Amino acid sequence: MDFGINFASILLGGLAAGTVLFIISVGLSVTMGLMGFVNLAHGAFAMFGGYVIVLAMNRAQLGFGVALALGFLVTAALSVGLERLLYRRLYRAGELDQVLFTIGLIFIFIAGITLAVGPESQPISLPAALRGQLNLGFVQYRTYSVFLIVVGLLIVAGIWLAFERTRIGAQIRATVDNRRMAESLGINVDRLFTITFAFGSGIAALGGGLGAEFLGLDPQYALKYLVYFLIAVSVGGLGSVVGVYLASLLLGTLDFVLKLYLPQGGTIFIYALTILLLLWRPQGLLGRKEA
Amino acid sequence: MSEVSSAVAAPPLAGAAIDHPAARVLIGRHRWRWWEALPWIAALAFYFAFPDYLGFGTQLLVGILFALALDLALGYAGIITLGHAAFFGTGAYTVGLLAFHGIWSEPISGLLLAAAAAAVVGLASGLVLLRTKGLTLLMLTICTMALLQEGANMAHDFTGGFDGLPSLDIAPVLGMFEFNPLYANTQYLYTLAVLWLCFLFVRTLVYSPFGQSLTGIRENMLRMHAVGAPVRRRLVICYVISAAIAGIAGGLWAQTNAYVNLSALDLDRSATVLIILILGGYGRLYGAFIGAVAYMALEHFLARIYPTAWQLELGLLLVLVALFARNGILGLGEGLWRRYHIRSGS
Repeated sequence: MDFGINFASILLGGLAAGTVLFIISVGLSVTMGLMGFVNLAHGAFAMFGGYVIVLAMNRAQLGFGVALALGFLVTAALSVGLERLLYRRLYRAGELDQVLFTIGLIFIFIAGITLAVGPESQPISLPAALRGQLNLGFVQYRTYSVFLIVVGLLIVAGIWLAFERTRIGAQIRATVDNRRMAESLGINVDRLFTITFAFGSGIAALGGGLGAEFLGLDPQYALKYLVYFLIAVSVGGLGSVVGVYLASLLLGTLDFVLKLYLPQGGTIFIYALTILLLLWRPQGLLGRKEA
Repeated sequence: MSEVSSAVAAPPLAGAAIDHPAARVLIGRHRWRWWEALPWIAALAFYFAFPDYLGFGTQLLVGILFALALDLALGYAGIITLGHAAFFGTGAYTVGLLAFHGIWSEPISGLLLAAAAAAVVGLASGLVLLRTKGLTLLMLTICTMALLQEGANMAHDFTGGFDGLPSLDIAPVLGMFEFNPLYANTQYLYTLAVLWLCFLFVRTLVYSPFGQSLTGIRENMLRMHAVGAPVRRRLVICYVISAAIAGIAGGLWAQTNAYVNLSALDLDRSATVLIILILGGYGRLYGAFIGAVAYMALEHFLARIYPTAWQLELGLLLVLVALFARNGILGLGEGLWRRYHIRSGS
């Protein structure tokens, strides 16, 4: 019985961590799959969004929900600006230039936030309704973790529905499959890119805010977790929402368990597993084989 | 594209064709130019002009060597990697472990051991990694490096874990010249000599048919397959050589600093060397020199005074280079040079 309860709480904690990872990484997966753009600065958008959300709550005394919406909007608007002005010029450039450009953006974000807000970590205070424990029938668990898991499921379902059931989703799928054909059919690929990019960054901003409680929020965030975002995306498969969800849950749970039982150097297993998975399926778990 | 055709067309030069201007260009490609002596003259001048900055100068030379190693894999063969610190670190830890545990402290053979160890890691990982490309390749290189770093962290009893191995005892170079921690004269000249030898090797390699075929693979892998070049084998060989040179750079770093720590295997180090190379101009022999001087001099003097401003400026610089100077500082210079020449020629 004891083991069952332990197992359930570890699973819940891991799933919550994985959900945050998913919310941050999913936009990266879609934009990378759609545009083939190696956007290492994606984590910086998550960080920026997290700062907007946390500062809106701490300094402007806004509610959690309002702050989340604000973070989504501000980050999406910022990313539209950056996409129109800068990213656009590099779509046809080589991967190296994209890597260099996005590393540069990360540095600018880090320095900008350090200058504007300060180098210290920003605490987040959750609303009272999300604090404390929740009785799930079989186990007592932190309300916030359960909340995160539910939000993650809603986001997966929402994105999946948007992909499969809306016109824009169909256009995105068509463009991922064959960009030239999509363009000749009259799909405005440029506009599609901008919309997807903004939406992906906005979702990442939500992830930055929702995850601030246990990932922390300091200017180094964008670099610190970069490898994790990239692992989630490459293991899940470019452009695959469900793949990234599975990969994130796997990664989050594994990380949670390893930190609990092997605090010294347990992450070595994550890297080893990633290498094995990528050698087994270079395109990721649910990614499509490149033609 | 033109480089592919030159790689294919270079060998069968009959006597009659040698007078053709194109043939002359191809034959003369690898000749030494007068300006190629400049970096070495500058390096020697630095030794006499700034005796107080030789410690920094040594790190600069190590940085150049590491960037040169990366240039071989990334600039010439087009292998996109963010994990080259794996080999730098392997070299550094080889030298560090041998010296710290009192097994081997002779520096020159120590560097050869470092190169061998890094080459073994390069071969083992290259055989597997180079089957992939794009994001997957990038991720695999990062993960290999992270794996080694975590391994070094876990093997605390041997490697000192997070604290690293301090105060390594390195024997005098050639049994005569001692490494003095206060005055880096020996370190500087020793590093310069190693850099020079490695550079000669890389330069010869790059202009050889092997180097030409690497450029061909970078420019058009499909076509190189079609002309029957053993693409995978060449890539692996190039990766191993690049790893060995990176290992030498790491070994030098450990010897001249007399310590090793986990930062040798860090993503930061991989990213920095990538930035240095792209800043200077990749796929060019001297890009590593220009990039390392530009980056490390700026970092050395700016970062200490205003770390945040340095980060901001570095970010802006990278964005500007990526947007407007795709081929780095050297590419920018070449463009200006060409424009000037066309104008003065017409």
